[in-house]
Amino acid sequence: MASSMLSLGSTSLLPREVNKDKLKLGTSGSNPFLKAKSFSRVTMTVAVKPSRFEGITMAPPDPILGVSEAFKADTNELKLNLGVGAYRTEELQPYVLNVVKKAENLMLERGDNKEYLPIEGLAAFNKATAELLFGAGHPVIKEQKVATIQGLSGTGSLRLAAALIERYFPGAKVLISAPTWGNHKNIFNDAKVPWSEYRYYDPKTIGLDFEGMIADIKEAPEGSFILLHGCAHNPTGIDPTPEQWVKIADVIQEKNHIPFFDVAYQGFASGSLDEDAASVRLFADRGMEFFVAQSYSKNLGLYAERIGAINVVCSSADAATRVKSQLKRIARPMYSNPPVHGARIVANVVGDAAMFGEWKAEMEMMAGRIKTVRQKLYDSLVSKDKSGKDWSFILKQIGMFSFTGLNKAQSDNMTNKWHVYMTKDGRISLAGLSLAKCEYLADAIIDSYHNALLYWETPIEL
Amino acid sequence: MAMAMTIRNAASRRAMNPISADFSLRSMSSWWKNVEPAPKDPILGVTEAFLADPSPDKVNVGVGAYRDDNGKPVVLECVREAERRIAGSSFMEYLPMGGSVKMVEETLKLAYGDDSEFIKDKRIAAVQALSGTGACRLFADFQKRFCPGSQIYIPVPTWSNHHNIWRDADVPQKTYHYYHPETKGLNFSGLMDDVKNAPEGSFFLLHACAHNPTGVDPTDEQWREISQLFKAKKHFAFFDMAYQGFASGDPARDAKSIRIFLEDGHHIGISQSYAKNMGLYGQRVGCLSVLCEDEKQAVTVKSQLQQLARPMYSNPPLHGAQIVSTILGDPELKSLWLKEVKIMADRIIGMRTTLRESLEKLGSPLSWEHVTKQIGMFCYSGLTPKQVDRLTSEYHIYMTRNGRISMAGVTTGNVGYLANAIHEVTKSS
Repeated sequence: MASSMLSLGSTSLLPREVNKDKLKLGTSGSNPFLKAKSFSRVTMTVAVKPSRFEGITMAPPDPILGVSEAFKADTNELKLNLGVGAYRTEELQPYVLNVVKKAENLMLERGDNKEYLPIEGLAAFNKATAELLFGAGHPVIKEQKVATIQGLSGTGSLRLAAALIERYFPGAKVLISAPTWGNHKNIFNDAKVPWSEYRYYDPKTIGLDFEGMIADIKEAPEGSFILLHGCAHNPTGIDPTPEQWVKIADVIQEKNHIPFFDVAYQGFASGSLDEDAASVRLFADRGMEFFVAQSYSKNLGLYAERIGAINVVCSSADAATRVKSQLKRIARPMYSNPPVHGARIVANVVGDAAMFGEWKAEMEMMAGRIKTVRQKLYDSLVSKDKSGKDWSFILKQIGMFSFTGLNKAQSDNMTNKWHVYMTKDGRISLAGLSLAKCEYLADAIIDSYHNALLYWETPIEL
Repeated sequence: MAMAMTIRNAASRRAMNPISADFSLRSMSSWWKNVEPAPKDPILGVTEAFLADPSPDKVNVGVGAYRDDNGKPVVLECVREAERRIAGSSFMEYLPMGGSVKMVEETLKLAYGDDSEFIKDKRIAAVQALSGTGACRLFADFQKRFCPGSQIYIPVPTWSNHHNIWRDADVPQKTYHYYHPETKGLNFSGLMDDVKNAPEGSFFLLHACAHNPTGVDPTDEQWREISQLFKAKKHFAFFDMAYQGFASGDPARDAKSIRIFLEDGHHIGISQSYAKNMGLYGQRVGCLSVLCEDEKQAVTVKSQLQQLARPMYSNPPLHGAQIVSTILGDPELKSLWLKEVKIMADRIIGMRTTLRESLEKLGSPLSWEHVTKQIGMFCYSGLTPKQVDRLTSEYHIYMTRNGRISMAGVTTGNVGYLANAIHEVTKSS
C-alpha cells in the first residue's frame, strides 16, 4: 500500500517510525493538553495512512537565486553581491525606472479594470513588443508573419516555445551554448526536449570559441534548434561580432536548423534598443523562420512583474495564425492567461512618444553605468596586478555579466575570504558593482587567481 | 546604430552569394505546415464571440467574471485603496520562487482557519501560484513527478480546463459521477460508489464550494460521509477552491468542506484563487498548499514545488500578491473586503431569485427550482447545446454550450430579456 504512493528511491519512514517520533513529541511536554494533542495526532496518523510524500528529498538550492540568499545571511560589512543579474545604482540600491513610476501612476489615475487578459495577453503589449524587436517597418511585422504571445518574462516565454517544440518536432534537439543561463537546461528538461551543447566559451582566451561553435552547429542533425543569445550573452558577456553573426546565420541556413533567440537584455548591452536587436533583425531579413523569447525584467526593471513575450517568425501570415493558436493551447493549462500589470506598463511606456524617449535615456544611463564600472574594474586590475596578465577580456565582454575565468575553487575563495558573492561558474554581475567597490573587487580577483589553491582542477593558464 | 549597419552590410554582401539565394527559396516553405489551428477555448471563446457581436441587445453570461448591476466589471474599493498604498513604493525585485511570504501566510489562514494548528506547526508546504490554473498545474506536475503511477479522478462535469491541466501534466484521468441531470442536483450515491470502487489511495479533485459549472455542492452531512469514505479508502483529496466567499458570502462558511476533511485527519492539497473573490482576475494571484506530515516534510515538499515552478516562470508576479497582502494584512481593509464579497454574493443570490421567479411568471412548463438551489457564480440551467445555440443566434445571448449561465453576468436590466429568451427556446420541451 505505501509503495504504490511513494516513488523516489530514498529511504522512507515506516509507519511505526513516524509513530515513535510523535510519541517523543508527546512525552517531551509536561502540559497534559499538549500530550493529549500529540496523542490525538498520533491516533490520526495511524488512522490515516503515512504520508505519500515520505520519499521526497529536498531539492537543491537554485545556483543563481541561492546566491542572494547566502549573501543575505552574511553579516560581514565588506560583503558584495555580484550574484543575480538585477540592476543596482551606484549606491547599490534597486532601481525603479522613473518612466515606470509614471506609467503606474497613469494606470492608477485611469482606474483600469482587472479583467482577464485574453490567453495571448494584452494586444497593445504584443504589438509594441514585436515592433520593438523587429522594427515597426520590418516586412515580418507588416506582413503579419510573427506569432506573438505575452509570456511570463523570459522563462515563461522560453517554456511556451519549448512545449511547442516538444509537441510539433518530437525528437528534435535544442543546442545550447556551453555555458548558458542555468535555467535553460531546466526548462528544456521539464518540457522533455532533448538538448546538447555547442562550444562557446574558450577559457584560454576568455573569449568566443568561434570555430568550435560553427563546427558543433554544423554537426548537429538537420533541423535542430539552435539557442542563441541575442545580445549580452549570459553568463559570459561574450557576443559574436557582426561578421561572426553572418557566418552563424549561414551555417544555420545551410543545415536547415531553426534559430531560437533568447533576448533578455535588449538595450542593456550597448545602451541602444535598435543596436542590440541587430542579430535578430539579420535573421529576419533573411526570411528565416525562427523563435525569439523576450524579457522586460532588466531593461524596464520589471523583474517581479514577469513580463515578456514569445515570438515565432513564420513564412506566412497563415502559419503565424495557426502557430499562435497552438501557443495559446499550451498556455491555457499552464496559467490560463498572463498577468496584466507588467504588460500595461510596457504598453504605456512604448506607446507614448515622450515616455518612450525617457525610457531610452534611462536605458542608456543604466548601460552606461555598467560600461563605466567595467572600465574602472579593468583599470584597477591592471594597476594592481603586476603579473602581466591580460585583463582586457573585461572590456571586450558586454552586458550585465562578466565571465572572470575563475573556476569553482577560485570563486569559492572570492566568497569565503572576500565575501564577494557570485555564481560558481565564475560569473560576476557588474550590475551589482559600484565604482566605489572596484578596487576591493580587483584585490579579491587578483588574490583568487593567483593564490586560491586548486584542489581538483588544473590551473587556468592565461 | 553602427553595429546594426555593419551586420546589414555584411549580410547584403552575402546575399549576392548564390548559396544564400538558394536559402531564401528554401525558407519559403514552412516548418509549420503540420500545425493546425487550435479549436477555440470553449469558455474564453464565448467572450471573443460576444465581443465581436454588434447587436445592442447582446448579453454575456459566459465567462465567470463578476459584473455589477450595470453589467460593468468591478474593481473592489479595498483593491483600489491597496493599490494607492502600494503605488511607487516597491522595488519590483524578483519575489522568491515560492512567491510572497506574506501573501501566502494570509491565504493559508483563509483556507485552514486563522488559528489553524497546521499553520502554527508549519506543516503546510505552500507557494504563491498563477491563480487557480497555476496552482492546479503545479500540483498536477508535482503529482506526476512524485507519484508517477497515479491518476486523477475528476467530477463530471467540471471546469473544462481541469482536463487540459492534468492532460498536459501527463497524468491519466478518470471521472466520477457528480451531477444528476434529472434532479439538476448532486448524484450522491453515484459519487460514493465511484469513490468506493476507485483503487485504494487514489487522487480525487474536489470543488470546495460553488462547483463550476453546476453550482451544485454537497451538504455538510454529505461532505462528512465523503470524508469518512475517503479515510477508509485512503484517498488523497485535492480541493480546488476558486470561489471562497462567493458561494454563501461568508469565506469561513465556504471553507467548510475543507475544514471537515482537516478535522478528519486528511492530508489534503488546496488550490486557491483571488480572481473572483478579490476581483483580481488578470493579476493571476493564487496559492497552492499541501498539508504534510511535519515541518521538515513541508520544507522538503515546498522545495520541490519551487523546483517545478522555476522552469515554468521562475517566480510569480508581484503586483497582485502585494494587493492581497496589503488588504488581508490590514484589519480595516480586510473588513472592507469581507463586506464587498458579501455584496457580490448577495447580488448573485438576488439575481437567481429574480430569474427563477421571472421564468415561473412566464408560465414555463419546466421546473426552475435548481436556479435558486444551486450556489455560486454559475447556474447549470439544463439547456441543451441546441437551445444554447438558439439563444445565441436568435437572442444574442452568450453562454457555454453546456448550458452554464454565469449569474454574475445577470442584471436587473437584462434578467427579463434573459428569462424571456430561455422561455422561448424551452417552452416546447
